[in-house]
Amino acid sequence: MTGRAASAYLLSSRRIAAMMLRYWYLLRSSWPRLLDLIYWPTVQMVTWGFLQYYIATNAGFFARAGGTFIGAVLLWDILFRGQLGFSISFLEEMWSRNIGNLMMSPLRPFEFITALMVMSVVRLSIGAVPVTFLAIGFFGFNLYGLGLALVAFFFNLMFTSWAIGIFVSGLILRNGMGAENLAWGIMFLFMPLTCVYYPVTTLPPWLEPVAWALPPTYVFEGMRELLIHHVFRGDLMIDALLLNAVLFGAGAFVFFKLLESARRHGSLMQTGE
Amino acid sequence: MEPHAPLASDGAARHICTMPIAAPIAVEHLVKIYKTVAAVDDISFTLAPGSITALLGGNGAGKTTTIATIMGLTTPTSGRVTVLGAEMPRQRYRVLRRMNFESPYVEVPMRLTVRQNMTVFGMLYGVDDLDGRIAELARQLNLTDLLDHPTGRLSAGQKTRVSLAKALINNPDLLLLDEPTASLDPDTADWIRGHLERYCHQRSATVLLASHNMTEVERMCERVIIMKRGRIEDDDTPAKLLARYGRRTLEEVFLDVARGSGIQREAAQ
Repeated sequence: MTGRAASAYLLSSRRIAAMMLRYWYLLRSSWPRLLDLIYWPTVQMVTWGFLQYYIATNAGFFARAGGTFIGAVLLWDILFRGQLGFSISFLEEMWSRNIGNLMMSPLRPFEFITALMVMSVVRLSIGAVPVTFLAIGFFGFNLYGLGLALVAFFFNLMFTSWAIGIFVSGLILRNGMGAENLAWGIMFLFMPLTCVYYPVTTLPPWLEPVAWALPPTYVFEGMRELLIHHVFRGDLMIDALLLNAVLFGAGAFVFFKLLESARRHGSLMQTGE
Repeated sequence: MEPHAPLASDGAARHICTMPIAAPIAVEHLVKIYKTVAAVDDISFTLAPGSITALLGGNGAGKTTTIATIMGLTTPTSGRVTVLGAEMPRQRYRVLRRMNFESPYVEVPMRLTVRQNMTVFGMLYGVDDLDGRIAELARQLNLTDLLDHPTGRLSAGQKTRVSLAKALINNPDLLLLDEPTASLDPDTADWIRGHLERYCHQRSATVLLASHNMTEVERMCERVIIMKRGRIEDDDTPAKLLARYGRRTLEEVFLDVARGSGIQREAAQ
């Protein structure tokens, strides 16, 4: 294979940077988009923070389990906003009717996906980091007090959010904007099953294996272990990482299959409903 | 419109000279079936390097599907499409840097400024000396004063020039144009046609043009492929088509083909 032919199959950091620049220009040019990044995380944190404050002053168990609600809210936001950040960047291409330009350009699907993953972290940082400081100010809950555990929680949750984001993007490419609502709502399917606000043992026994098949369940259980029993469960994080690798691989596989199907059905030029 | 600026830089001209010689587009027995409908039904044609060819046909004739297949956006049901020597869509990444397109079905992001759009697409296409290329294109397409304006706030004619700048950012050897002057006033449309003609002649670029504007086709194209119901109905130079159908304009030829009266007329003659 010649150098030129080989380079045709390599990922290009310049093309990834081009896509990141495109989304950065967009964010910079639109204050409503920036406001939207921070608005809901703030509302969520304040609402649940006050609820936790109320419960903690009226129930002994929750007084001991200080921070689990607000911690769950902040971690849930990483999962939800991570996927939304990925999917909205993708949807921007559909809304602006630019997807045909990208599909016809030398941009490889994995470069596109990489740019979307990085932008989901950027968008999350813009929205969530100020909220974590608000949580310290309002309720004295310091998410960064979780230390290295927070890194493990964050990475596992982002990994899941990317896998789901890739899967949803494939569905939208194949089925058009009729599938847009999935981008907004799919993560709520995970909310009851991944036991964001309660232990897995709260679920009926037949549903528990389903919960344990989902990587975020391990993160939320790990968070409760840390906050209630002050134990960091590295084994839970490793299990989550393994499941995430499978989920990410499955998401990427389905995305490429749907992209192939979109080429067969001619839906890449038809970006409407 | 301002006086025309020279089109190709020296570096770009050298790029042309080193290109391997391959038919810009070779379509062999292409069939594309959507469910049970044949959008394209066994068509074959080859474009010569440096030629400007029109792809004509009424709505649903199969032009857009043909162009989408050439661009690698659609997989053929059967048959083969090669572009600059690469089989599409399987080997598309070997040649996508050397081709580009403009279509009313896609737009450049409207919130980004003209310069931002050209920067992003220039990076995607691996353009060297991008600032220089943007300045050169802006000068040629009369966009210099608009570079820092959001694209969405420009007039239709200005937006078309931006789309054309995007299509030319990588100095493509092959340009696919779908209705490049649709919805433009006659002056702007004429200016765009002139620019495209000069670009193609100076750089020996090949163009496949889908258009419903017969004046545009007569002026720009040395070959016309007419499609109807997924098949090629006729394929010749404009002059030979006019002679064969006994018509004075391509519009009359188009109507003959579209209404099926061409064959009767030809037979009567």
